[in-house]
Amino acid sequence: MNAHAAGSQFTAADDDGVAKGDTLLEVKNVSLSFGGVKAITNISFDVKKGEIRAIIGPNGAGKTSMLNVINGFYTPQEGTITFRGQQRRAMKPHHAVRQGIARTFQNVALFKGMTTLDNIMAGRSVHMKSNIGWQMLWHGPALAEEIEHREKVEEIIDFLEIEHIRRTPVGKLPYGLQKRVELGRALAMEPSLLLLDEPMAGMNLEEKEDMSRFIIDVNQQRGTTIALIEHDMGVVMDLSDRVVVLDYGKKIADGAPDEVKNDQSVIDAYLGVAH
Amino acid sequence: MLYRVAGQYKTSYKADFALFPVRQDAWLLAFILVLAFVVFPMTASEFVFRTLLIPVLIYSLAALGLNILTGYAGQLSLGTGAFMGVGAYACYKLMTIFPGLNLLAAVLMSGFVSAAIGVAFGLPSLRIKGFYLAIATLAAQFFLVWLFQKWGWLYNYSASGAIQVPNISILGFTFAGPTAPAINQYFFVLCTVTLITFVAINLTRGRIGRQWKAVRDMDIAAELVGINLMKAKLLAFFVSSYIIGVAGALFVFLWRGAAEANLFDIPLSFRVLFIAIIGGLGSILGNYLGAILIVALPVIISGVPAALGLPLTPATVDHLNIMIIGALIILFLILEPHGLARLWAVAREKLIIWPFPH
Repeated sequence: MNAHAAGSQFTAADDDGVAKGDTLLEVKNVSLSFGGVKAITNISFDVKKGEIRAIIGPNGAGKTSMLNVINGFYTPQEGTITFRGQQRRAMKPHHAVRQGIARTFQNVALFKGMTTLDNIMAGRSVHMKSNIGWQMLWHGPALAEEIEHREKVEEIIDFLEIEHIRRTPVGKLPYGLQKRVELGRALAMEPSLLLLDEPMAGMNLEEKEDMSRFIIDVNQQRGTTIALIEHDMGVVMDLSDRVVVLDYGKKIADGAPDEVKNDQSVIDAYLGVAH
Repeated sequence: MLYRVAGQYKTSYKADFALFPVRQDAWLLAFILVLAFVVFPMTASEFVFRTLLIPVLIYSLAALGLNILTGYAGQLSLGTGAFMGVGAYACYKLMTIFPGLNLLAAVLMSGFVSAAIGVAFGLPSLRIKGFYLAIATLAAQFFLVWLFQKWGWLYNYSASGAIQVPNISILGFTFAGPTAPAINQYFFVLCTVTLITFVAINLTRGRIGRQWKAVRDMDIAAELVGINLMKAKLLAFFVSSYIIGVAGALFVFLWRGAAEANLFDIPLSFRVLFIAIIGGLGSILGNYLGAILIVALPVIISGVPAALGLPLTPATVDHLNIMIIGALIILFLILEPHGLARLWAVAREKLIIWPFPH
């Protein structure tokens, strides 16, 4: 994942061996339970390269658990995950990152004591290799690497329009900007699959519009495949190419936004039905 | 006015990455280095060397080691004293097994012994954190001090159970032992501390430092940006214990001249922890400020009233010292958890924009 044309603003992670439109991630018959609680029951869906895939559902439907399974935080009891043609069952999150899966969190999970710049630079650690000897001297390969990655990070800062908060510790930033920094940190990993867990939660309309624009730009200009969880149906319907709907850990619908919107079981899940 | 940064443009990331992007900071450091390397050696007396300058440097170094672990990587440790002991005993054994060994080489090598033991006692950090980890490192503290007492091989089976530093010279200059002049010892300590501080600054501002801080601020998120928690934590234990071990070797060989096992008991750990807290966790500069305060305080308490014609008994000085340090720690934890280093940072910010309020 290191072949990037120098100077180009957007470096797509397109050398992951998957052609646009082919299946990038396949989740097959996955079940996950915590003791007696079944969080996910026998769910299958796929994410195709280059699309924006939304995962929606009422609270407690298992959406976040699904993301946690995809990025290796939880290991499902049953089923398989196939990413870029490689099947896996158990793995550590940092391995998933190395394979090209990045994510943001529902509750902002930034490094609060670090500046915006350092947070995004931390996202690049997976691409940084210089050894400790050179780092102790801050010279040679270590310095060259630091500068190279700083340039990449500055592109992202530029893209997300957060130049003015570069040196601010993120703990002091307002919520909307923190969400943006978190997106920046995920982008710094140059993922082939970007998982966004409620990127617009708690934002006002203007911030939502900005964030939607960033998501579309990331998808179109960088070619990054995106899987997102979101509760704002207007945003979901406008942004996504395909939607998968979960309810009580089961998949109840899957398809284009318009199909899903008119699906009776989805309407029932959201509005409730008389029993 | 003094700290005006206007007009200092940076046109490359390399310039932005410079150790001191603000020119005045570089001047300030140059001033301090001139003070340390030229002015103090020319003016200081034997007493000032032995009661102020050398201990300040050694305690700063120990606090720096602890700060890398606790302030940067967020792993609480109460075993500092014992790891200093490991460094000291390792250096002692190295010098008795290889009598011709260069003292500097022995000091730097003994750090590795302490680093290895630090990593071993750092293993629980992979499972537990916070206060529970502090308790686990406390186990290191008690076990190692017990070992220093019981394992005769460590102190060459001397009857007193203490280690005595022999006279050690390099190129005709005596640096350790009863006849070593304080100025030689001061230079030896100063050079070692300067070197290690330089390395520590570089480590903490680069990739490894960011990984440590990420682990400190939110370990789950750190793992999900691709940081290997195990590697990052154990590396922090390694580097931290290395520095603490070197500080321990200097502590005995270049300052105390002799040591018993209980010298490395828990009060020493707390002393270093207090320096790191008062100085500022997560800061390099803070270790120096904290050490200056803690080492100078008893000297001031006994010296100033005496100069004013109000001599205090040593016991009173001791009690006053403990009371003032205790009060300071409580005050700092409540008012400024980031310590003296943050006070300086705030003052510097104010100086940069002075005389304007914003």
